[in-house]
Amino acid sequence: MSRGPHAWLLALVLAAAAAGFGEARAEPPAAGLDAHGQLQNPALQARFERIAKELRCLQCQNESIADSNADLARDLRRQVREMLVAGKSDDAIFSFMTDRYGEFVRFAPPLSPKTALIWGAPFFMLLLGAAVIYRVVRQRSRMPLDD
Amino acid sequence: MWKFLLPFAAFVALIVLFAFGLNPKRDIHALPSPLIGKPAPEFALSDVIDPSAVVSNAALKGQVYVVNVWGTWCAECRVEHEELLAISQQHVVPIIGIDWSVDHGPGEREKAKQWLERLGNPYTQVAFDQQGRTAIDFGVYAAPETFLVDGQGNVIFKHISGMTQEVWEKEFLPRIAAAGKGGA
Repeated sequence: MSRGPHAWLLALVLAAAAAGFGEARAEPPAAGLDAHGQLQNPALQARFERIAKELRCLQCQNESIADSNADLARDLRRQVREMLVAGKSDDAIFSFMTDRYGEFVRFAPPLSPKTALIWGAPFFMLLLGAAVIYRVVRQRSRMPLDD
Repeated sequence: MWKFLLPFAAFVALIVLFAFGLNPKRDIHALPSPLIGKPAPEFALSDVIDPSAVVSNAALKGQVYVVNVWGTWCAECRVEHEELLAISQQHVVPIIGIDWSVDHGPGEREKAKQWLERLGNPYTQVAFDQQGRTAIDFGVYAAPETFLVDGQGNVIFKHISGMTQEVWEKEFLPRIAAAGKGGA
């Protein structure tokens, strides 16, 4: 009884994985790529891995395009590799993405007036907490020690 | 005084935050498009139905038109199709379809052809985006997505997920009227 759903799930996962591999193989080897689809230049490959981890897969939203198996993530990885091979800078690649998908495509958006709240909130909360503790401690230290 | 005012202010702030954050009408997955107000990405792709013909939006300069990105692999696109057919019968503006092939294979073109023959064709022209590059240029991440382009060639509106008569009447028609009818 309980084995049924699990077997189905396993079959589904395997099928999805197989489909994923099939697609990866169908991807034609682009210029500057080795047989495993990695960039031949190790420095470029290192940059590729860092950039791909920095970009959100918008189809799944909580994965980076480095981790995601989604079709769009695969296409965006291709885009990043091609731009690296073409000698584009990291900034150029990030602005290519944000021009099309918006700031949300980046996991760590750059500091700007719009994002100041996100970046500033933790520090603000820390200061607020410090102020509260300061006040409470000062008030208590003025109280008579009667307990 | 502050002892009561501060918690009350915090309470009000929370209510406002929740009113925005928990509004069921707000789709948290719908992202604002950075393309709004910017020139529509240019494309020149082969026609799904006649591979020797080119579908290009440069040819549509000066006209108001709609771009609908879809694919036969996309369930929501199937749902949307009937609505698009009804909308296309009003002949308001040209509707350009972009058939987004996610597997980059040529099979999607054949499937799209069959789809249009079987279900009817709401599109003025359908482009075949085999490499998915035009979809990337338009910042598409969840087909179907529908864009409205004005006579200056700028994107003025984007709708994510299936088109409906209601969206068409509420969001598209007023903007088309304001942009000046481009003729269909």
